[in-house]
Amino acid sequence: MEQISLSGQLLQYLITGITIGSLYAMVAIGFNIIYDVTEIINFAQGEFVALGGLTMASLNVTLGIPLVFAFCGTVVFVTLIGLLMDRLAIRPIRQPSVVTLIIATIAVSFILRGAAMYFWGKDPYDLPPFSGRTPINILGGVIQPQYLWVIAFLVIVVVLLSFFFDRTIAGKAMRACADNTDAASLVGINVNRMVLMSFALSAAIGAVAGIIITPISLMEYDRGAMLAVKGFSAVILGGLGSFPGAILGGLILGLIESFGAGLISSGYKDAFALLVLLGVLFFKPSGILGNVEISKIKRF
Amino acid sequence: MRLSKLFIVVSICLIGSGWAMTPAIAAGEKEAYKVGAVFSVTGRASFLGDPEKKTVEMVAEEINKAGGINGHPLEVIVYDDEGDATKCNLAVKKLITKDKVCAVMGPSVSGNSIAVIPVVEENEVPLVSCAASYKIVTNEETGKPFKWVFKTPQSDSLAVDSIYTHMKKKGISKIAILSDTTGYGASGREELVRMAKDFGLEIVADETYGPKDTDMMAQLTKIKGKAPQAVVNWSIGPTQVTILRNFKDLAMTGIIFYQSHGFGSRENIKLAAGAAEGVFCPLGACNIAELLPDTHPQKAVAMQYMNSYAAKYKEPLSSFGGHGWDALYLVVDALKAVGCDKAAIRDHIEKRKGFVGQHGVFNFSPDDHNGLGNDAFSMVVVKDGDWALAD
Repeated sequence: MEQISLSGQLLQYLITGITIGSLYAMVAIGFNIIYDVTEIINFAQGEFVALGGLTMASLNVTLGIPLVFAFCGTVVFVTLIGLLMDRLAIRPIRQPSVVTLIIATIAVSFILRGAAMYFWGKDPYDLPPFSGRTPINILGGVIQPQYLWVIAFLVIVVVLLSFFFDRTIAGKAMRACADNTDAASLVGINVNRMVLMSFALSAAIGAVAGIIITPISLMEYDRGAMLAVKGFSAVILGGLGSFPGAILGGLILGLIESFGAGLISSGYKDAFALLVLLGVLFFKPSGILGNVEISKIKRF
Repeated sequence: MRLSKLFIVVSICLIGSGWAMTPAIAAGEKEAYKVGAVFSVTGRASFLGDPEKKTVEMVAEEINKAGGINGHPLEVIVYDDEGDATKCNLAVKKLITKDKVCAVMGPSVSGNSIAVIPVVEENEVPLVSCAASYKIVTNEETGKPFKWVFKTPQSDSLAVDSIYTHMKKKGISKIAILSDTTGYGASGREELVRMAKDFGLEIVADETYGPKDTDMMAQLTKIKGKAPQAVVNWSIGPTQVTILRNFKDLAMTGIIFYQSHGFGSRENIKLAAGAAEGVFCPLGACNIAELLPDTHPQKAVAMQYMNSYAAKYKEPLSSFGGHGWDALYLVVDALKAVGCDKAAIRDHIEKRKGFVGQHGVFNFSPDDHNGLGNDAFSMVVVKDGDWALAD
């Protein structure tokens, strides 16, 4: 076996950290989109990821549908689940307070997890990677092509979302809802439709995250809860409600875990992440890129 | 009005409790022998409880079809503790006080088994646990087994013994260990560290990861930097597959990879997509029934179990179902000899020698309530996508 140099190791930690961080960032973006419009934390966000991976495994592997079509089919399916979630669980609640809505999302997460266990069973599912399993060697580090896909999809999601929020009417309307729901409805924005759209977008992003991570880590019905916790930590770290904050928070979290596990102790890697999170909140309670002014207007 | 309400409530309770039971099969006039079981059928340890429940239900059906135990039908009452110690405790109490069972099987996980020891000791009911920790059958204050508690799975120390003996044969002296942070990984890690000295092995890296982690590249990269001769991984669930893929990606050729006995399912080899080739792992007889020579004492029972499980459930069996098989047959063996007398069942199991089970030939004694020896594991290697006996 060839020896691995320290620089090779560091590079490996960097690659691994960015890949895991990209996944966390995608979950975090999903949290933020719904939070911005509705002020609630959607605890079913992790379930969207698990559903994405499992649906893709069924379509692509079991039914043999080609990658691109299965990918689109999965995203559409999970988006529909997101739409249904808003229509059936969130919208019907009378006199919604933030807390009741959050509890509703917890209920939905249980239902989705139970349904996934019923349909897919408890065993993990695998997906073939998008472009083979031959690892690429760079400067002593090793990258699976799928790792590059994960990072690429984060970039694609970020670019598309930036375009959507900055250049389209619907995106701008959503941002208006995020700033102030009452004012937005006064200028004629249909807030209910924006809420529906936020659930659809979050579900779609969750599905993409699930599809791209399954070839690396497999997917089973109860994986979502852990991803939701990590994604939520990333949201808090980057600043609740901040789009760039979610990406930054996710990447920082991934890098801390990877370098912490590699250089110090793998047993305490989650503790390092929590320590950094606590440290940041101590000095800047709104998160790295969070805005205190905005968080004061929000109910939660 | 009130009476009819009461009637409805009572009948709902009756239907509810009947529904939780495995349907009893009517046979003869003799009273049914009731045996209780508490398994983690759902929840985080469902990979243990699910095959255990399926196995005991299948075995009970087979026994009843064959005329029951000395003419008495066998009734197995299975409760699900969902991996939760409190629910487990309640279920065991319910089995003892309400269902009045002759003996209790399970729980599936070590923590829950340890939690119910006081209950069965106090009520003087024999318990045959399906969990691995040696603490289940060793009272740490006295060093002796608990009076009423037995267990069927091999202790981790036997698996570690089997792995370390194999390493010595290969001339390995420098190893790295990896484990997940579940109870299974932590207790395996404890034994790996404790016994390394006895075998003269040096542990150069001792890494852990979470049971739902997406990737173990960082831990393996660190290990690669330390250049050990072998790696032992102790975990259950999808991480033991992910870690093999990471291991292969990092091109850690020349390092021998050992998995714990938790790897004992062909599904894992398939999921690893080629990355499991050459991996060693100690397994009980029921995982490798068809590989065993015909002279092997467990060949017959293991083949029979494998075939009937595959025929009934259309899925490959895991080693965990075998623990349930061993527990139930051990109890049935005692029921056949002494009937439903709790103290006599306990004494019978404690004296039982040469009981041929799925995971070894059990020889119980007052000092050993597990009854398994070093022959309970065979070292197996993954070859061409299937198990093969290692030399």
